[in-house]
Amino acid sequence: MGVALVIVSHSVQLAEGVVELAAQMAKDVPLRAAGGTDDGRIGTSFDKVNDAVTELRAAGHDVAILTDLGSATMTVESVLDFLDEDESAHVRFADGPLVEGAVAAAVTAQVGGDLDAVVAAGRARELFN
Amino acid sequence: MSDTLSFAWAEAWIRDAQAVLAEHRMELIDLDRAIGDGDHGENMDRGFKAVVAKLDEGGIADVQGVLKVVASTLMSKVGGAAGPLYGTAFLRAAKACDGDVDSSGVVALIEGALDGIVSRGKATTGEKTMVDAWTPALEAAKAAAEGGATPAATLRAAADAAAKGAEATIPLQATKGRASYLGERSIGHQDPGATSTAYILGAAADAAEA
Repeated sequence: MGVALVIVSHSVQLAEGVVELAAQMAKDVPLRAAGGTDDGRIGTSFDKVNDAVTELRAAGHDVAILTDLGSATMTVESVLDFLDEDESAHVRFADGPLVEGAVAAAVTAQVGGDLDAVVAAGRARELFN
Repeated sequence: MSDTLSFAWAEAWIRDAQAVLAEHRMELIDLDRAIGDGDHGENMDRGFKAVVAKLDEGGIADVQGVLKVVASTLMSKVGGAAGPLYGTAFLRAAKACDGDVDSSGVVALIEGALDGIVSRGKATTGEKTMVDAWTPALEAAKAAAEGGATPAATLRAAADAAAKGAEATIPLQATKGRASYLGERSIGHQDPGATSTAYILGAAADAAEA
């Protein structure tokens, strides 16, 4: 099983748009949008992120998570804190720019990169050199 | 006033906090509109109403149980930064609790909350965040407890210090979170997270004095 991505944004539409964009170059990679609050307002949802991660892990995927803004990152870090210890090797946060990071991570997953490679691509550090 | 705070105090605290945050909803919205995204008042009101609904279901019997319910509910019901920040704060506060709470227990609770906020938000003092209310609250609580204050007086000292700390964020320039994008324009506004912290600790003191 390859690596899957969870895209976390304050906006439902932004998360879905990033998934749409990343899918174009990575049609075999499972991509999940976790945008907005539980009731669809601007914000992020612990439960939406947690449900996406749980579902992808149950299907046997390692999971890389990308976020749009600092409070989305805090929500993701809270979810990671609640994971069982043996799960934490399989679920990682990729701290990069959302759009370019998601595309780079998705392509890396598409060509068979492992979680380390996908997370490194998601950080898209080379973009800042 | 007794020497320890029990479940009844914890429940009264959170119910008081909900009432106070509902009362100040517009004020927190206005503070957050000035330097943020304007959702803090709405989010705190919504979050604490959800917490009180959980408390109404019953089945909780100790301070730790109350704080854990606050943590998990805020974490999932508050969409903004306050969710993970206060959620982690109450979770660490819960972990610091064992049975009823004496004056040193109050200190441990506030210390747990501050540690949680710092580890989640990676802010330090002087950055115009809720850390600027929790940090003086912890210092004041420590001083009060070491001086032999009751738990209620320890909480009052913490609440007063948090309120002063919140007020002292007005001249600060934000260097953390989205308010930092405003640069110097963040100066002259009181930080909404520090303000809600002062209300929450004020409610804790009110409930202990009742």
